[in-house]
Amino acid sequence: MKTYDLSNNSLRELNQALHDSVLLASEPEWRITNPNGAHNIACGLNDDVSVDIDGHAGYYCAGMNQKASITVHGNVGVGVAENMMSGLVHVKGDASQSAGATAQGGLLIVEGNASARCGISMKGVDIVVKGNIGPMSAFMGQSGCLVVCGDAGEALGDSLYEAHIYVKGEVTSLGADCVEKEMRQEHLDELSDLLKRADIDTDPSAFKRYGSARQLYNFKVDNASAY
Amino acid sequence: MTDKPTNPALRESATFGRDVIAEIQRAAETGIYDIRGWGAKRKVPHFDDLLFLGASMSRYPLEGYREKCGTDVTLGTRYAKKPIVIDTPVTIAGMSFGALSAQAKEALGRGASEVGTSTTTGDGGMTAEERGQSSKLVYQYLPSRYGMNPDDLRKADAIEVVLGQGAKPGGGGMLLGQKISDRVAQMRNLPMGIDQRSACRHPDWTGPDDLAIKIAELREITDWQVPIYIKVGATRTYYDVKLAVKAGADVVVLDGMQGGTAATQDVFIEHVGIPIMAAIPQAAQALQEMGVHREVQLIVSGGIRNGADVAKAIALGADAVAIGTAALIALGDNHPRFEAEYQKLGSAAGYYDDFQEGKCPAGISTQDPELSMRLDPVAAGKRLANYLRVITLEAQTLARACGKSHLHNLEPEDLVALNIEAAAMARVPLAGTNWVPGQQF
Repeated sequence: MKTYDLSNNSLRELNQALHDSVLLASEPEWRITNPNGAHNIACGLNDDVSVDIDGHAGYYCAGMNQKASITVHGNVGVGVAENMMSGLVHVKGDASQSAGATAQGGLLIVEGNASARCGISMKGVDIVVKGNIGPMSAFMGQSGCLVVCGDAGEALGDSLYEAHIYVKGEVTSLGADCVEKEMRQEHLDELSDLLKRADIDTDPSAFKRYGSARQLYNFKVDNASAY
Repeated sequence: MTDKPTNPALRESATFGRDVIAEIQRAAETGIYDIRGWGAKRKVPHFDDLLFLGASMSRYPLEGYREKCGTDVTLGTRYAKKPIVIDTPVTIAGMSFGALSAQAKEALGRGASEVGTSTTTGDGGMTAEERGQSSKLVYQYLPSRYGMNPDDLRKADAIEVVLGQGAKPGGGGMLLGQKISDRVAQMRNLPMGIDQRSACRHPDWTGPDDLAIKIAELREITDWQVPIYIKVGATRTYYDVKLAVKAGADVVVLDGMQGGTAATQDVFIEHVGIPIMAAIPQAAQALQEMGVHREVQLIVSGGIRNGADVAKAIALGADAVAIGTAALIALGDNHPRFEAEYQKLGSAAGYYDDFQEGKCPAGISTQDPELSMRLDPVAAGKRLANYLRVITLEAQTLARACGKSHLHNLEPEDLVALNIEAAAMARVPLAGTNWVPGQQF
């Protein structure tokens, strides 16, 4: 395993190395020490590598990740795994705002809580949060799944498209055009699979499913009060 | 609209003109505000209100047909390892595949590449046709992030972080369902036929301090190779440009209220933002005060139509301009040969602006396969290249007349204004005087 100490080396050199496919072929496992909340750690990765970050990371950690498995042994700042395409990002602590924003694929696991706008404009990513999530989460979520084992804040799923939302705890309020929906077997199967992948042992039937009422899909003046 | 009545005693209201009455009647009947394409149609102070002071005794002109007048521009010299060098200061503004047909996007790439300039993606991602035909392609990074992916990001020659556009500063967008074809839906990860809403705010940053980190992220992902632009609609330009520079922009793109859109509320287009002529001096002042004028390049857009506009924009402080509406017209938009079809749509050649409906007879602002096929990307690209050459030559003509061996040597001192409004906005003297309204001497 390659160890990289961010207290003695530059972020630029680290990310450049993590973009070097030839280097990564011989060094597929990385440990980053002393991140000290630095922004943009391990963003833009495009290889099947494993990266462990020992400590807290700042904004956009693992941004636009493709293929890589990145584990943060601490908390993360705004926009962890934003626009992720594939791979795995696992946050052992809490996540700040906009976790998994606009991400198109892969799996984001947050062991703690995630703040506001978790999964905003999600486009295919699967997000599993063991704790609670903040307000305006899954805003304009297009596809993918957001699983919340705790509670969800205000305006969950506002202006939702086709993303699936599963919440075990309380939902403070639903956003425009987001409604509770029937939990069918296909959804239980989908949820069970995600919980299993996140290594969470809990009963899927204890969750409620939320989705789009699809009333705002085409502009109608009668819906003006909903905007 | 009926022609003006012949009875000379009839008096039309200046406040409630026939167009105003028609709009009130339309609103009363439909209950929906008017959405349309194009940019502001109202008359605003513009470059036509400025004149160049050609050389005579006190200035020495360059020979029009023999002495060189440079037009090249290098964009992104501040931080990027690979700045973009364009041969003409006229670039193609961001317009999406979705709003435009794939053929139109390809034609824009072909025309721009033929004359050595750049073209720009839009909301909805990068198409293979566009990348393939564009020698220099700027990839827009928009709030919606439709079609955004790191593979295309790394294929781009520059990245343009879009905060707003001149037609609707402060507003998002809406691509109506009739233009969400199967391919558009797939690129944007949306169901077919639904209205695609584009957010007005980015989902993962708020404010210039966050933006600085976001820009650093984009640079890290692309290994600091390509320039990063920040595009803003012209409003509080002086402050916006300062913040853009602080956030780390290589290039600031400034879009005036005359800039076009694919679909926005008419009330937004006509009543938000300021004319580009009023914005450029503010931007130049901000860049000069920060000591980065010409180091952080300024691209301006919104109503650029000819070489005079290009030269005047540069004289006021821009490094380059971008064209959208004019480029579409060069491709074939609003051409009289489609007059009969424009009439069927309730419009006319020269007036057509219902880009949101997807019924463009010219095959440009549509996703209808049959209509799109009407546009030959090779021929349309050639027309665009011709037009770009013409306006570049026009700008050179004016620069030489002012004694300038490069377009960038044009300066505000070369200009005067025809009226007080233009003098105040452009910060140049009223013609025949040394009076610049609002400035001390």
